[in-house]
Amino acid sequence: MKIFPLVSNLNLPIAICKDTGRPSWGLPFGRARRRSALSPSSRLPPAPRRTQVKAGAAEVAEDTQRTAFLLRKQWTLYSVTPLYRFSEAHLRDYSRLLSAFVAAEKKKGLAVEIGGELDIKVSVTSLPDLKGSDRDQAAILVQLSSRSSASPKNSEEKVIWSGWFCCVAGDELSENLPEAFTCLPLFLVNGAESNTAIVGTWFQKTFDCCFRRLSLSPFNLSWMAAMWTGCKVDKPASATELVFSVPRLPHPLHISYAINLEDAQALWATIQKTPGEITQEEVDVFMDCLYSHFYRHFKIHLSATKLVKVSTAVASAHCDGIIKFRQSQYLTGVLMLLTELAICQIQ
Amino acid sequence: MGGGLYETSLPQGPQKRTKLQQESQKSFPAELLELVGSEGDFQQKLAEAILQEKKDFTVNVHIATSLPLPSERDHLRPQIDMIVFMIDIKNKYSLKNVEDSLAYVDAKFFLGKVCFLVTGVGRVNCCSVDMNAVWKLGENYCSPVLFCELELEGTRVATAQRLLRMLQICAGYVPGVSALYFSTLMTTFSS
Repeated sequence: MKIFPLVSNLNLPIAICKDTGRPSWGLPFGRARRRSALSPSSRLPPAPRRTQVKAGAAEVAEDTQRTAFLLRKQWTLYSVTPLYRFSEAHLRDYSRLLSAFVAAEKKKGLAVEIGGELDIKVSVTSLPDLKGSDRDQAAILVQLSSRSSASPKNSEEKVIWSGWFCCVAGDELSENLPEAFTCLPLFLVNGAESNTAIVGTWFQKTFDCCFRRLSLSPFNLSWMAAMWTGCKVDKPASATELVFSVPRLPHPLHISYAINLEDAQALWATIQKTPGEITQEEVDVFMDCLYSHFYRHFKIHLSATKLVKVSTAVASAHCDGIIKFRQSQYLTGVLMLLTELAICQIQ
Repeated sequence: MGGGLYETSLPQGPQKRTKLQQESQKSFPAELLELVGSEGDFQQKLAEAILQEKKDFTVNVHIATSLPLPSERDHLRPQIDMIVFMIDIKNKYSLKNVEDSLAYVDAKFFLGKVCFLVTGVGRVNCCSVDMNAVWKLGENYCSPVLFCELELEGTRVATAQRLLRMLQICAGYVPGVSALYFSTLMTTFSS
């Protein structure tokens, strides 16, 4: 069931911001350390604040060519513990070893192959543009492409699976690591689950790391909704959409709440106090405004439901750990947030 | 089991407990535990777990979705010994509900007779509530914050036992430990 409330003419009350008078923590554009959700602490940790996702700098034009294939695809998220004895100089060797492993795995248990045998080529390359600062490790892209041997003259290779490791502003993890470890905490996958399992197994065996599915809690999704709404987009963009799932009903019910982008941005503009910085309070106020507006019209408390999907012009994220990038200029910004969540899950 | 004291007599011959002696154990007035939360099912299950626990005293559990309690039954309601506010981390509305209900609680309850119970902690991936806000709530109201998972029977029973023990202290039936002392102890240990 889809409920579409008033999309235009969102007459929202001015946000009531409860100012606690708490002093500023950390550097103006820095990031306070984020604690894991349930760890008790002796003193309350400073409220998390994050930098607003910024559009990439002017040299973005070149990068967009190389990273264009990352956009508008569904990527499944994993968190990866640091890789032991991984070296960027040996990427070719890794390609060869991984190819052999994939070929062996594919042939395992197959008695007869029907149809043309699929040659699977593995390439492991580096994406030097996808990183936050020079302290970060450059992103590593692994691609499985197949070439049907039925028509050997046709050398078109089709990419059947892509996975890439990246680290954007992962200082929290990388600064305390011993020399032999490489920090690439975020892994994004597009392709069949069977291939993911094969590649994942090889990496786990070779570099003694551990992959874990990264789920996005409703709490994190609400941060994303607020952060991405504040981003300026040039092209006419789709509405900001939030999807909620109502628990404990005999038949599953999903509520889709679509908000006109201009209205959402206008609301966020009244809430955000420091440009370039976002606090937990601002996110709470933003979401409360949207919930109370919905309640006024439909008498349903959205705060009692579970936020499962956030879809904005910048990116869309699902609670099962699925992300889709829409704007290349904000790619690094979104990756920074995802890296932070991956590091949180590892620690 | 009403109030009033029964005289006990020494057992004669082989150890035999008379009905009179059994009744004398339950001669204290019943204790009342108030569970406030917007949860519904799990509140009910927790209340049942509490009542099923083996104990020497009578416990009554009252469940409410929010405060204030309806004033029509004020004259019938016995004194409340302890209030437990239940917050579900999967449900942001439950936190708001508790925050609104706190305004209707008399100040004397905050001397150790209030506790916050955070439920649903087994499902961290579904967390909708800011944990900082919950800790802040505990700090502001000088009350302990307990964590539990009510979906599993084991932890439900363990939580029921903890709450029963706290209730005994709040009602003043544990000699040497007052409610205020105990809550200070709890808050110090959790920080």
